[in-house]
Amino acid sequence: MNIIDAIESQQLKNDVPAFNSGDTVKVHVKVKEGGKERIQIFQGIVIKKQGGGIRETFTVRKISFGVGVERVFPIHSPKIAKIEVARRGDVNRAKLYYLRERRGKAAQVKEKRF
Amino acid sequence: MKAILGKKVGMTQIFTENGEVVPVTVVEAGPCTVIQKKTEEVDGYSSVQLGFVDDKENKVNKPLKGHFDKYGVNPKKYIREFRVEGAEALETGDEIKADTFAEGEKVDVTGISKGKGFAGTVKRWNFNTGPKTHGSRNYRRPGSIGAGSDPARVFKGKKMPGHMGHEQVTVQNLEVVKVDPEKNLLLIKGAVPGPKKGLLTIRQTVK
Repeated sequence: MNIIDAIESQQLKNDVPAFNSGDTVKVHVKVKEGGKERIQIFQGIVIKKQGGGIRETFTVRKISFGVGVERVFPIHSPKIAKIEVARRGDVNRAKLYYLRERRGKAAQVKEKRF
Repeated sequence: MKAILGKKVGMTQIFTENGEVVPVTVVEAGPCTVIQKKTEEVDGYSSVQLGFVDDKENKVNKPLKGHFDKYGVNPKKYIREFRVEGAEALETGDEIKADTFAEGEKVDVTGISKGKGFAGTVKRWNFNTGPKTHGSRNYRRPGSIGAGSDPARVFKGKKMPGHMGHEQVTVQNLEVVKVDPEKNLLLIKGAVPGPKKGLLTIRQTVK
């Protein structure tokens, strides 16, 4: 195998669930505080997935105390303990930037019906 | 000083334990074989001559073949000389491997930069471009290159178009992020000069 592929594949996680833009996810983030490590959950809608392999990242948007907050996570980061898919969204776009301009009920994503 | 020869493999990124992403260049470093050992008594200074990458017998010219045969070493593609620390302890045929460097050490990396061909002043010296609109025809021209009748010549060293790149470049004070002695790999933080497969010399930093 190619040397760089070998280095990258060592760091890939294989327990990442399949999810897409529009899905609501709970990201379990490891936080270090005063020498102690605990898990913090960041829940929101995935508005973007970008990159491939070790460089793949996703953006989660949530409304926190009336303020929109977006966080970008590298999927294979060791800081992420777990990703949980809470809800599948039914959307027509890969990048949901239009949610940024919407407020309240208009900023919702329909749930996917199978 | 510690030194080794290597080959650039390419760039990637790795995660640290705290989840930070570090951009790294992967370098296939060594094993380098000691060919000739120069000593204070014979040569007036002490150093070692290192060979890197085995070469085919028929690729080596006669003068070099004689040199390799004299020291009983297989022909090598690249030969470089370094004033390595502890050169006295090394013998002909000894190998210097990637584990001479440890994680966290700082190194200087020297290579031949990518050639850019004949480049204009905008690319080569970061001159400003002229306006692209409003009737301008001065897009990427260098402008005036000096005064007129006095000094009646162009000063030496005036920045002008010409060949760019393909020259020796050293990047100082890069961190060694990871060492893999089994696969002869060094992971160095940041970019290093030259194309993939280009020859690099990695030295302990002077800083």
